[in-house]
Amino acid sequence: MNRQDLQTIIYAEKAKEQNNKYKHKLCVCCGAGCISSGSEEVLKKLQEEIITRGLENEVEVIATGCMGPCNQGPLIKFLPEYTMYQKVDCSNIKEILQRQLVEKRPIEDLLLFADSRPKPFIDAQEDPYYKKQMKIALKNCGHINPEKIEDYLVHDGYQALDKVLFQMSPEEVIAEIKQSRMRGRGGAGYPTGLKWESVYKYVSPQKYVICNGDEGDPGAFMDRSVLEGNPHRVLEGMSIAAYAVGATKGFAYIRGEYPLAIKRFELAIKQAKKLGVLGNNILGTDFSFDVEVRIGAGAFVCGEETALIASIEGKRGTPKPRPPFPAESGLWGKPTLINNVETFAGISPIINNGGEWYSDIGTPKSAGTKVFALAGKINYSGLIEVPMGTTLREIVFDIGGGIQGGGEFKAAQTGGPSGGCIPAEHLDVKMDYESLTSLGSIMGSGGLIVMDQSSDMVDVARYFMEFCMDESCGKCVPCRVGTKMMHDLLQKICKEKATRIDLERLEELAVYVRECSLCGLGASAPNPLLSTLRHFRNEYENRITE
Amino acid sequence: MKNSTLTTDVEPAKTDPRIKLITAKIKKENYKPDALIEILHTAQNAYGYLPMNVLKFITKALHLPPSRVYSTVTFYHFFSLKSKGEHTCLVCTGTACYVKGAQLILNEIENQFGLKPGQVTADNKLGISVARCIGACGLAPAVVLDEEVHAKVSAEEIVNSINAKIAV
Repeated sequence: MNRQDLQTIIYAEKAKEQNNKYKHKLCVCCGAGCISSGSEEVLKKLQEEIITRGLENEVEVIATGCMGPCNQGPLIKFLPEYTMYQKVDCSNIKEILQRQLVEKRPIEDLLLFADSRPKPFIDAQEDPYYKKQMKIALKNCGHINPEKIEDYLVHDGYQALDKVLFQMSPEEVIAEIKQSRMRGRGGAGYPTGLKWESVYKYVSPQKYVICNGDEGDPGAFMDRSVLEGNPHRVLEGMSIAAYAVGATKGFAYIRGEYPLAIKRFELAIKQAKKLGVLGNNILGTDFSFDVEVRIGAGAFVCGEETALIASIEGKRGTPKPRPPFPAESGLWGKPTLINNVETFAGISPIINNGGEWYSDIGTPKSAGTKVFALAGKINYSGLIEVPMGTTLREIVFDIGGGIQGGGEFKAAQTGGPSGGCIPAEHLDVKMDYESLTSLGSIMGSGGLIVMDQSSDMVDVARYFMEFCMDESCGKCVPCRVGTKMMHDLLQKICKEKATRIDLERLEELAVYVRECSLCGLGASAPNPLLSTLRHFRNEYENRITE
Repeated sequence: MKNSTLTTDVEPAKTDPRIKLITAKIKKENYKPDALIEILHTAQNAYGYLPMNVLKFITKALHLPPSRVYSTVTFYHFFSLKSKGEHTCLVCTGTACYVKGAQLILNEIENQFGLKPGQVTADNKLGISVARCIGACGLAPAVVLDEEVHAKVSAEEIVNSINAKIAV
């Protein structure tokens, strides 16, 4: 297919959408969360009921990706009204359809957040939950069918790829990304444009692009939801990156624990190839790019880029010392670009709207938006996307609906086993890379676990240390032995058998492990310990036996 | 678990449909050692775990030293050298589930069935394992019983569901 053909298809699809015979679109959330709550059954029953009522020419039922508040699921949404219902089950489907579509009187008691808002909103976009959010990476997630490429095309899909291939040189693409001031969403926050530029500068007949979807942090599910809800967006981002750096082959490394994400991404690859936006001579140009999925086999350390590369090469996922950086010598010794899923999901909006548009969002040092996975003792756990610089208070109380069971906020844990906790006195911290680092935590990939007064912070530190101990690949001694020793000491404190000397030794060890480990896993393993010590030292002190 | 040391030296039958599946995958990957992990995924999907004789078969086919295959298998959590049991109960111990009482669920399972994570009942009916995080944090605590996710479960509920499964 060439460029003209693609435009023709897009026009046709858009026209179809505009002259849509359907008056309503009924979206049923089929993200992993809602499926676990039974949304597939709901989808089936809704389709049957629509036919029974003879509404099949009026209402189009579609299965979409994640809509956000996972613990209120199964969720359904009527468009264009944007009326959302929560905890839908097969028993109340008939009533919902009757009242919503026939009588045009929504059932207030079943609306989204009906059980916790004084008056739920008929237009869910008015609810603070959605009002405070800004969706860029998650745009269209929850509105389109992730298994249909046509749905993506209608929403400007592959327009950015078209633009770079026909109107921009690789240098211009990199300049645009640099101007956007986007930083890698995997955790470390390295400027994306600079990373692209360094891969671009190495001359090699073969370069690779890797999408890091090995979301190993316990408590994080951003990448999962993006891959499940809008896989084409990630694919398009990868293709644009490949064009910019001069790569012809890509790999998407996705966790084996995410079977649905793998299935949908593989389907997206197949559809894109059929349409000619992936594969040989994309849109009739001489640019060719192919993507393969690699399934992760469950090793947290594989989120580290050199370990991930070893894993794609079929080996034990152990990291290598850097330099050389993957940009110079990565997969099979070739220059390799590795970006996170969420980073790739943000690329096409930057190309479509310009780097300046993106850099105006967020804070001076952290541009754009960030997806967070809210979980723990919070009322509305699920997936959100907010501009950088939104305060923790806004996230927990305005969007997350506060603490479950009317409890008291004690701390929020960000960055998983590599991160730290933010105590109540810092609730007004702006969520951006620098502010979180200054509090001893990190942005990380976006997991945000809320804890209430019942959470034991020493035990939380022990939990994460156990995780790092278990996930340490064993290659370097500081991490392999240090995490084990720190874990044993934490265990001792938890059992109230530790002395002051143990606590001193623990603090000393934490510094050694942080400074001497080979890769990020070991270097950041002491973070949960150090940050709980910093903010909740009394909980440690109280358990010391003199 | 069937005694895997006894079956180690028995070559798997070429006519076994599962071996055919693995052979097809190896051919598709052009006998490349780089594809080892992909091939191990195929093998584990077919058998439910990785029996020793199957690992030997893969080792030979890819012309790899056995140490390379064994060290790779044992490095990754996803691969198992033991049968996981007819029914599998996977308790998520990710942070959100942990904060919401995954440990209580594991304790109750140990009380009721005498199994710790990684163990299988003597009759191979039930196996218990833990996952780092299944990414269903909004629904914590979560347990996956035979591929089906049970969301926001209590220890009692999951014990009842397990009993219903193994009674059949």
